Amino acid sequence: MSDNGASHEPALSFDSDAALTTRWVYPAVALVSTAAIAYEILLMRVLSIVHWHHFAYMIISLALLGYGASGTFIALARNVLTRHFALAFSLSALAFGLTMIASYILGQRVPFNALEIVWNPREFLHLAAMYLVFFVPFFFAATCIGLAFTCGGERISRIYFVDLLGAGIGALGIVLALFVLWPQDVLRLLASVALVAAALPTLRPPVRYGLGALYVLVIATLLVAVPQSLLELRMSPYKGLKQALEVMDARVLHERSSPLGLLTVVESPTIPFRHAPGLSFSTRFEPPEQLAIFADGDAMSTMTRHTGSESSLGYMDDVTQALPYRLLKDPRALVLGAGGGTDVLFALHHGARRVDAVELDPQAVELVAQTYGDFTGHLYDDQRVRVHIAEARGFVRRSEDRFDLIQVSLMDSFAASGAGVQALGESYLYTVEAIEEYLQHLEPGGFLAITRWIKLPPRDNLKLVATVRAALERAGVDQPGRRLAIIRSWNTATLMVKNGEISAAEAARIRNFAGSRSFDVAWYPDMPRSEANRFNVLPDPYLYDGTVSLLSGDRDTFLERYKFDVAPATDDRPYFFHFFKWSAFEEMMSLREQGGAGLIEWGYLVLAGTLVQAAIAGAVLILLPLSVIEPTWRRGTGRWMGSYFLLLGLAFLFVEMAFIQKFILFLSHPLYSIAVVLAGFLLFAGLGSACSGYVARLSGARRRSPLAMVVAAIVAIALVYLLLLPYVFDRFAGVRDIYRVAMSLVLIAPLAFFMGMPFPIGLSRIAGTAPAFIPWAWGINGFASVASASMATLLAIEFGFRAVVVLALVLYALAALVFQAWPGGSRHPSQRA
Amino acid sequence: MHTVRTTCRTARALGAVLLLAAAALAAQQEDPAYARARAAMVEEVQTYARAARESGAGFDSDIMRALGKVPRHEFVPDRQQPSAYENRPLPIGHGQTISQPYIVALMTDLSEPQADDIVLEVGTGSGYQAAVFSELVRSVYSIEIIEPLANDAKNRLERLGYSNVSTRLGDGYYGWEEHAPFDAIVVTAAASHVPPPLIKQLKPGGRMVIPVGGRFLTQQLLLIEKTKNEEIITRQIAAVRFVPLTGER
Repeated sequence: MSDNGASHEPALSFDSDAALTTRWVYPAVALVSTAAIAYEILLMRVLSIVHWHHFAYMIISLALLGYGASGTFIALARNVLTRHFALAFSLSALAFGLTMIASYILGQRVPFNALEIVWNPREFLHLAAMYLVFFVPFFFAATCIGLAFTCGGERISRIYFVDLLGAGIGALGIVLALFVLWPQDVLRLLASVALVAAALPTLRPPVRYGLGALYVLVIATLLVAVPQSLLELRMSPYKGLKQALEVMDARVLHERSSPLGLLTVVESPTIPFRHAPGLSFSTRFEPPEQLAIFADGDAMSTMTRHTGSESSLGYMDDVTQALPYRLLKDPRALVLGAGGGTDVLFALHHGARRVDAVELDPQAVELVAQTYGDFTGHLYDDQRVRVHIAEARGFVRRSEDRFDLIQVSLMDSFAASGAGVQALGESYLYTVEAIEEYLQHLEPGGFLAITRWIKLPPRDNLKLVATVRAALERAGVDQPGRRLAIIRSWNTATLMVKNGEISAAEAARIRNFAGSRSFDVAWYPDMPRSEANRFNVLPDPYLYDGTVSLLSGDRDTFLERYKFDVAPATDDRPYFFHFFKWSAFEEMMSLREQGGAGLIEWGYLVLAGTLVQAAIAGAVLILLPLSVIEPTWRRGTGRWMGSYFLLLGLAFLFVEMAFIQKFILFLSHPLYSIAVVLAGFLLFAGLGSACSGYVARLSGARRRSPLAMVVAAIVAIALVYLLLLPYVFDRFAGVRDIYRVAMSLVLIAPLAFFMGMPFPIGLSRIAGTAPAFIPWAWGINGFASVASASMATLLAIEFGFRAVVVLALVLYALAALVFQAWPGGSRHPSQRA
Repeated sequence: MHTVRTTCRTARALGAVLLLAAAALAAQQEDPAYARARAAMVEEVQTYARAARESGAGFDSDIMRALGKVPRHEFVPDRQQPSAYENRPLPIGHGQTISQPYIVALMTDLSEPQADDIVLEVGTGSGYQAAVFSELVRSVYSIEIIEPLANDAKNRLERLGYSNVSTRLGDGYYGWEEHAPFDAIVVTAAASHVPPPLIKQLKPGGRMVIPVGGRFLTQQLLLIEKTKNEEIITRQIAAVRFVPLTGER
């Protein structure tokens, strides 16, 4: 093997003589790229099951710095690597394939306990170990691709094309693969893909059959010989599923895996589940037999045994969710988030004449309807019930029906965040626009009812009030408070909004219902404060007081003074679950050891922490070695080139992430839209890359900067989209899925096409003037993509996605200026080499 | 032959006595470093308690004494022993934790234990909370649903001489009928709802305490009081003094 990539191979092996022998590069780069992005998404899935999704997000973000580090590595070993390009590529791809599996196995054996991180500094070491373990495979994958660029010469734009094409295929392929295969099997498959890429360089003339055979052997071994037990998921013992299984005699009945999540059905015959959030203390009833469904090992939902006997369901009268049924007669109900079906049974028990149930995950529907049909009393076969497999928001938007009751109870639904790709926590279910749409689908006198867990002091309940007020105001309602009612138990609160004003008789019924079950009223029109804190006594009637402030003219002062962010979420800032405020952080930290840690909303900090860590790691891995090894680059050309690729990396991802969010709403499915939009972006950017040479020549002929034209196109298209997309989306919200997907791709195409150009145009320019800088450009770009992901989310939380797009366009414009400004490179240090 | 056997028997008896004496000695002579750490922990908990309360009064002194007596390091796995007296929750295996000492003290304080009380605990865990109660009340009944934890806690409490604690493996939902009613009930982890049978087993004037939150983060405590005329009042007790609006103290 040592003479592979022998010295007769030219250093830059893509000149026309060598072209015949290097055709393997295109499929090999595409395969590595496919495997790398698919592996990234697979890890997201697996780590969301094993740990929790925000930590999964952080671990993978940091691991992706492997891309940046590969640039540094290639720059350092450039001479050796380019001389033995084929061998180096092959070995890197081999290492990628092998470490994919090794990291997967090792990573699950790091005893990282995310929950203990508040208390135990040692957990930071475990976290760092996780970064390191998953860093390795990405480093090798990126080394393959970075090497191809470095040796690419004039073919850079074509290599970038296959790189993006591969990534697009990977993003789509992994979603499909996860439908039919278990994560462990997908892993074997991806490792094999990487190994095929490793084998390709051995097939060039003279063909090394021996080596090829060896690779085939390794692939076969991976597919078969790595024992399944080594690859099994090792879930954190603190996840709901693990805890349930610790209980005597509890056991797993079924397990279903899909890209939407891992569903596990558990029975616990000796110590039943008895899931009944907020059940009144004064109830005479007990919940009947239940089976639990866990999504990704947490987010428990239940299937309730139904024999047709209503008496066993008596407990359903004594929870806060039952309130709307006391105000409606034989309603037509819409249940958003059907989960294990208990909410559907709930509606039937309360006499709904028809129930439309919406559930995102087809596997959950299948479990309730078929696998456990006997257990659930064939609930979904009931002629009053219609089940819709759809995303809730999109379903409502498309529906032309009106309902007497729209019920959202998060406690019994598979939160969309159960799907690992939703790691950043956007939710379009609770935005101002969403509430507006729900209200538009209510019959006159109908109710929207949302039940949520209570936190102390309240957060999501108050945010809902603020959101409802904003939605009602948009609909032209003068006194939103007259349409609102809230009751609470010790751990749940049900908020209701009526299409119409709540009458005195209804207010009396609300009080009676609450009072007879020891629930407190937190709001109804003209409610006296003295009623707010009777049965479940809080230090202050927070929910009532907060609601009063939020409905009054003092709203803005309250939002500012409240120590949690309870300002309404909007479609442009869809962060309903974001409550964190920096101003209160210090106080909360100082209360940490007295039990105040529960006040801190950790998701946001994890995100900010990711950005800080990425910035530090980026500096250490890329900027520091760069300034030590090529000190002259700190001045002049290097600085310009570096800024160019940094700006591009940030801008590309900002635009991509912001538009993915916009399209999620249009396509109304968190998973498919990400897969489709991401694949579309990558594919069309790839095409743009392939055509970038032509654009460069064209603009050269007109003596214009190619960048100026491309950036002008990007800015123009993006601005038009910002203005027009809301109308387009609104107009076509009702058309069939397949058309919306096609429309999305058509819309993405021109934008992505031009966005694919600046990177290869820059690289080609460097290839002509300062080829030694190519690996650095690759590294800086890799680093920028990692930093931009968390940065875009932080910006969107504060300013919304529209602002993220605008900022990205500014960055593109700056990149164009930098491109203009950077000197020809005649004095470049690389010429020393 | 006869003499030999007698000698043997005497030797065996003597051995047993010696062993017992050694065990008793060992129990009394714990590592002084632990005693110091424990005293510091009690001091820390009391400081926090004073800060958390408007009145500035700390926890009841009997409770502090009990906390200063129970060898917490005996209730954690070996590798956690160096951290046993830090004011934080620790993992004890099976996805369970031993609560933060501050929270244990707060829960004990909220249940207002009296020397004559009978206390029910749902969720024995390591047995630490039961041991603290054991120092303060007449008898403690504790139920655990995870078998290995139940066995370990039973042996541990016996070994450490907490003879007024009875433990059982089983479902806590229905309480412990034979010994009901109880002056106080503590449930160590919140379920989706408070089991009505437990409320029935609470004496009039009795108190039930339930921590709300995750395994490592207690958000707040739920205190359920049954009045003399059997009315139920619940109170949400924040572990810390935290006013949700700025500018109000």
